[in-house]
Amino acid sequence: MRMLHEPAAVHGVDEAAGYKKRLGLWMLLVYSVLYIVFIIINVVWPKSMGTIIVYGLNLAIVYGFALIIIAFLLAIAYNWLCTRHEKSFEGEERA
Amino acid sequence: MNTVEPLAIIIFLLIVGLVLFVSFYTARRARSASGYYAAGGRIHWGVNGIAFAGDYLSAASFLGICGLIAVSGYDGFLYSIGYLAGWVVALFVVAEPLRRLGRYTFTDALDAKFNKRSVKLMAAIATLIVSIFYLIPQMVGAGVLIEPLLGFPYWVGVVLVGAIVITIVATAGMTSTTYVQFIKGSLLIVFVLVIVVALCIRGFSTEPDQGGRVPFYHYKTITATETNGTITPDDPTYEVVGRQDVTVKDKTTTFVKLDQDGVATWWKMTTGDSGVALHETQEVVIKEDGTRYVNGAPVTDDNQLRQVSHMSLIAGETYTDGGAVNPFKFLALIGDPESTINLWKKAAFEDGGDQVSVYYSVPVSGDTVVKPGQSFKLEGSVLDRIDFVSLMIALFLGTAALPHILIRYYTVPSQRAARKSTVVAIAAIGFFYILTLFMGLGAMTSSTVNVLDNNMSAPLLARSFGTFLFAMISAIAFATVLGTVSGLIIAASGAVAHDLMDRFGGLIKNDKQKVVAGRVAAFVVGAIAILLGIAFQGINVSFLVGLAFAVAASANLPCIIMMLFWKRTTSKGMVASIIVGIVASVGIIVFSPTAWELYGLNPADAPIPLKNPGIISIPLSFIAIYLVSKLTKPDMMEEHPVTGQYSAAGSQGAVAETAPAE
Repeated sequence: MRMLHEPAAVHGVDEAAGYKKRLGLWMLLVYSVLYIVFIIINVVWPKSMGTIIVYGLNLAIVYGFALIIIAFLLAIAYNWLCTRHEKSFEGEERA
Repeated sequence: MNTVEPLAIIIFLLIVGLVLFVSFYTARRARSASGYYAAGGRIHWGVNGIAFAGDYLSAASFLGICGLIAVSGYDGFLYSIGYLAGWVVALFVVAEPLRRLGRYTFTDALDAKFNKRSVKLMAAIATLIVSIFYLIPQMVGAGVLIEPLLGFPYWVGVVLVGAIVITIVATAGMTSTTYVQFIKGSLLIVFVLVIVVALCIRGFSTEPDQGGRVPFYHYKTITATETNGTITPDDPTYEVVGRQDVTVKDKTTTFVKLDQDGVATWWKMTTGDSGVALHETQEVVIKEDGTRYVNGAPVTDDNQLRQVSHMSLIAGETYTDGGAVNPFKFLALIGDPESTINLWKKAAFEDGGDQVSVYYSVPVSGDTVVKPGQSFKLEGSVLDRIDFVSLMIALFLGTAALPHILIRYYTVPSQRAARKSTVVAIAAIGFFYILTLFMGLGAMTSSTVNVLDNNMSAPLLARSFGTFLFAMISAIAFATVLGTVSGLIIAASGAVAHDLMDRFGGLIKNDKQKVVAGRVAAFVVGAIAILLGIAFQGINVSFLVGLAFAVAASANLPCIIMMLFWKRTTSKGMVASIIVGIVASVGIIVFSPTAWELYGLNPADAPIPLKNPGIISIPLSFIAIYLVSKLTKPDMMEEHPVTGQYSAAGSQGAVAETAPAE
């Protein structure tokens, strides 16, 4: 029986794949530590989440907003570093 | 709430018309399988990023989280944090490899290094289960929205969404779905921002009247004396005719039934230094013959439960026009220890054959609603804390394992575009989630919470700013459901037509058949979604989505991670992991206290005390893939050094698709 088996995906070798993989794992590690610390504070010292940190905002709000904003900043940094690395390979190929 | 606004209908029809126009306009692009399932891989990364947001910011994110924050404060915002954090896993680990390995479906990527029918089958089943779990809350959201918007009953909303979504998906597949999600994502973020700005400009009042639309209702308090267990109101026009002690979550509250001029109502009793006080509540009583009474009188269009929740003290003061506040001040005033928020709780009991539901005010200090604890008992038992950790793990790991999100990586032309679109998605979704805290707390302090259904908090808050914003937000919320359900149905139809019928069963002979099969599958899945939406009326949508995340994180994520990072992973290990993940997560849910409550049983009697399965099911799934892979023969194919495609070990040059199927 013939199945409609086209290639799962059409692509070439990604020279920057190793670099991007390592970078992604490091950034994931950094973010995971921040996220885990947030969970630990909530579970072990829940009262401390009510501590006022800045502008009348408590630790819960400041940390929560920080987790969202840091995710964005890390994403920007990751994309910039990956793009720069990919372009260096493209430059080598053209040369 | 029962007055249907013509403007709401016009805006609703405009948005639905726009969505259908996009579907028919883009239909010609969906004639090939690539066009139907992956929009031909030609979507711009910026559009795809916002479409990601449109796909991801579902009814749960919008209605459910705002509703949870409105009744529980910061605990609802924990969902926002977890949902956003999950995108970090998607960007750093999953986005590019998945774009590289897959073509149309999540199964494509999972099976790319194996080409085994068993992997195709199990991955497709996992896709279907996760999609169905995710579909239910979206359909519930649709039903909830349609009643205040168009005046139709709940089930009409569910059927309407089902019909429109089937049309969207069946006509133009992923192309129309993408543009529908793009339009909806953009509108959602813009108009939620408008409401938050309006909230800050309006400021706070201890007697919120929804911009003059709904007069603030002053609930009465009567002093009383208690002698040898007999309560006597100081106001002689009231007579005590009943009493109930109700225990909710280990706390016993006493309700007293008072009769005044032949009208009996339930009052909450408190005892303090100044003696006994009886506080007016709201109530729904269902008589033995089925007739419904609200607050002592038969239910009518004019006699409905009032919207509730407000601040009775703002930083120690009472005022009705405090003026505009900046966003920091907005949060700081609500969280001030000297602010008092009147939240509302429910108690249910029987009274001589009548089913009584009492909704009563519970004043809490402002600082307790802007930190965790109202819903998650983090200062409670070890089990409560484990449950919280379990939920946060599932939210973190679930996003990167949601099939309907992952297939959006195939709609862009390159890995770089996949990465960039994820960055755009994180920006858009993160910004939206920050706004949810303002929306939820705004509803909490504006007397715009419907005690029967907190999912309506966001649209009701919008209504307090006038008909236009209410109409826009309701129509956008409806479009939100359309966008997400479209994504889910296309993921499910891909699992059926591409994974099961074609790649697993070999039943598809050509490209055209695959498109037809996808359209038929979309119709069937849409019909199932309609039935489930009707069956699950009244469940908090965010909770259900939390469970969908747990199943995705348990069944799919261990496979994705191990396949990408451990070369010793085998196809049998993958299959074992998916089975263990599904069985463990669904099993724990089915026997959890939440399920027991759904069955009408006592939650305390549930065989498994955990509400969130992730903390058990995710590690079990990882253990399964590790052990079974270790015990079975390696069968991961090798990547060709030039073409980058996968082939069986020792047969470089062949591509994955020519390797023998299992």
